[in-house]
Amino acid sequence: MAFLDLSNLQKFYGTNHVVKDFSIGIEKGEFISFLGPSGCGKTTTLRMVAGFEVPDQGAISIDGQDVVRLKPNQRNIGMVFQAYALFPNMTVAQNVGFGLKIAGKPKDQIAERVTEMLALVGLKDFGARYPFQLSGGQQQRVALARALAPSPQVLLLDEPLSALDAKIRVSLREEIRNIQRDLGITTIYVTHDQEEALSMSDRIVVMHDGIAEQIGEPFEIYNKPASRFVAEFVGTLNLIDATVEDSSTGRVKVAGQHLELGRSLEAVNGATVSLALRPETVRLGRIADGDQTLTGLVEEVSFLGSVVRIKVALGGNHIVLDTFNRTISKPPSIGDQIEVSFPSESVMI
Amino acid sequence: MSKKIWSWLALVFGILYFGLPLLGTLEFSLKMRRGVYSLDAYAAVLNDPQFRATFSYSVIMALFTIVLGVIIVVPTAYWVQLKYRRLRPFIEFITLLPLVIPPIVVVFGYIRLYNTSSWLPLTGSAMGTNILLMFGYATLSLPYMYRAVDTGLRAIDVRTLTEAAESLGANWLTIMTRVIMPNVLVAILSGAFLTFAIVIGEFVMAALLNRPAFGPYLQIMGANRAYEPAALAVIAFAITWACMGLIQLVTRFQKFSRVAR
Repeated sequence: MAFLDLSNLQKFYGTNHVVKDFSIGIEKGEFISFLGPSGCGKTTTLRMVAGFEVPDQGAISIDGQDVVRLKPNQRNIGMVFQAYALFPNMTVAQNVGFGLKIAGKPKDQIAERVTEMLALVGLKDFGARYPFQLSGGQQQRVALARALAPSPQVLLLDEPLSALDAKIRVSLREEIRNIQRDLGITTIYVTHDQEEALSMSDRIVVMHDGIAEQIGEPFEIYNKPASRFVAEFVGTLNLIDATVEDSSTGRVKVAGQHLELGRSLEAVNGATVSLALRPETVRLGRIADGDQTLTGLVEEVSFLGSVVRIKVALGGNHIVLDTFNRTISKPPSIGDQIEVSFPSESVMI
Repeated sequence: MSKKIWSWLALVFGILYFGLPLLGTLEFSLKMRRGVYSLDAYAAVLNDPQFRATFSYSVIMALFTIVLGVIIVVPTAYWVQLKYRRLRPFIEFITLLPLVIPPIVVVFGYIRLYNTSSWLPLTGSAMGTNILLMFGYATLSLPYMYRAVDTGLRAIDVRTLTEAAESLGANWLTIMTRVIMPNVLVAILSGAFLTFAIVIGEFVMAALLNRPAFGPYLQIMGANRAYEPAALAVIAFAITWACMGLIQLVTRFQKFSRVAR
């Protein structure tokens, strides 16, 4: 049995079935992300682990102990909230020491642990301040220190970076991951941001409509999506309608142009299939022999700083590709006819 | 431009409407000694043992009423905010009832229910009647206390703060006393001061329950003296304003308040 075991969890709100038969085993020290769009059941699942929601069916055990009947204050779980949830009437040090005070620890032990935790999150000199005197990023660091101070068995983070600006999000997610690794604490991280999930997690659970669509390592989730939803939700995806010409060799036709996919297809000849391509696998022009090539018209050019995103029209289809911004080569203009190429093995069907 | 004139006119009218009677009362209260302004009326009132006895009684009753009000209202408003939001209209309706039902109806109901031949004869003893009066005062101040506390609770994220405290091991009592109440202290104090002002001036319940409160004393003085009632009215206003000033002070000096200092 895994350290944190969720098995066959079900949750209804009235007639709305929000979590459907959700199961996962999480090993000690593992960092798991629940990734999915709003309303997919990820936060509800997290709240069931925290004890704020009671599952209608299923079991939750931590280190072999069934915790479903335990109240949130009996579970020894640390939680970080999207809205920080720092107690406004307490200083930073009092916030961090709150859990320890509740546990009845001696004053000197509390002071020592508070100093240690504040140093861990880089806020050593902020103990006497009140939450309203801190920035959003600092408040979230305090919230993390507060959650970690009582040495919980499991750390739960509910979209902790959503309210912060982009730069702080990136730096703080690295900090969170480093702290989690250093402490070796089992962590569940809820997010709708795929970049966060991909960059931080040991494993990702992609959730959709109350179901775990796929559980896997970030590389696996991105490169081998188990369903169309996962492929579309994680990363940007080009979907192209193609007509099968020869299913045994994998020859298909897109906007009057032929592609050789080099593998047999399940669809019968004449059927329409969807080809999926990640933008980063598509190149401008013909790069290598054996690459599949399509010709189309440039419809949009978006400058994104280090990357230029080009949208190419192929009959009724579109392909979006990313190319590095190089000062020596100018990106194509709207209306230009260009070739795009990609290796046949990068095509997902 | 014309809009500004109307605003000024409205302000002047307001000041005259509210200020003139007060000014008149104040002036009259200072005219006890013939031909000169003096504080004789105030001295007479403050030296009256009846004033001190009734005022002390009402202050003590007000303090007990505030405690009772806080015990009833804060947890109720908290649970409505946290778990039973659907009950909000119902609770609000209940708390508004004291504004609709006249105190005389309430007190007759009390006398009927708790008289000496009832199953709970509270009116049979002075202490019992005091308790009954305290409940009556708590009922009268319910609309103000509930609204003040509810507004304070709406200003903070009750649910997340509660959950954060729970996840750190806190029980219900700890959450209420260490997390929720300190963060709605100003709201509670607003309700408390309003309650205080209501209790100090209340007449009907105290008179019909025959308790030595400040309200009936005001009435007796008003019926039998000339200048002293005016002095008492000014004192009552001063107490109310002092209460409001205290609310402002508490808000201003609360350490964790965002109000600029």
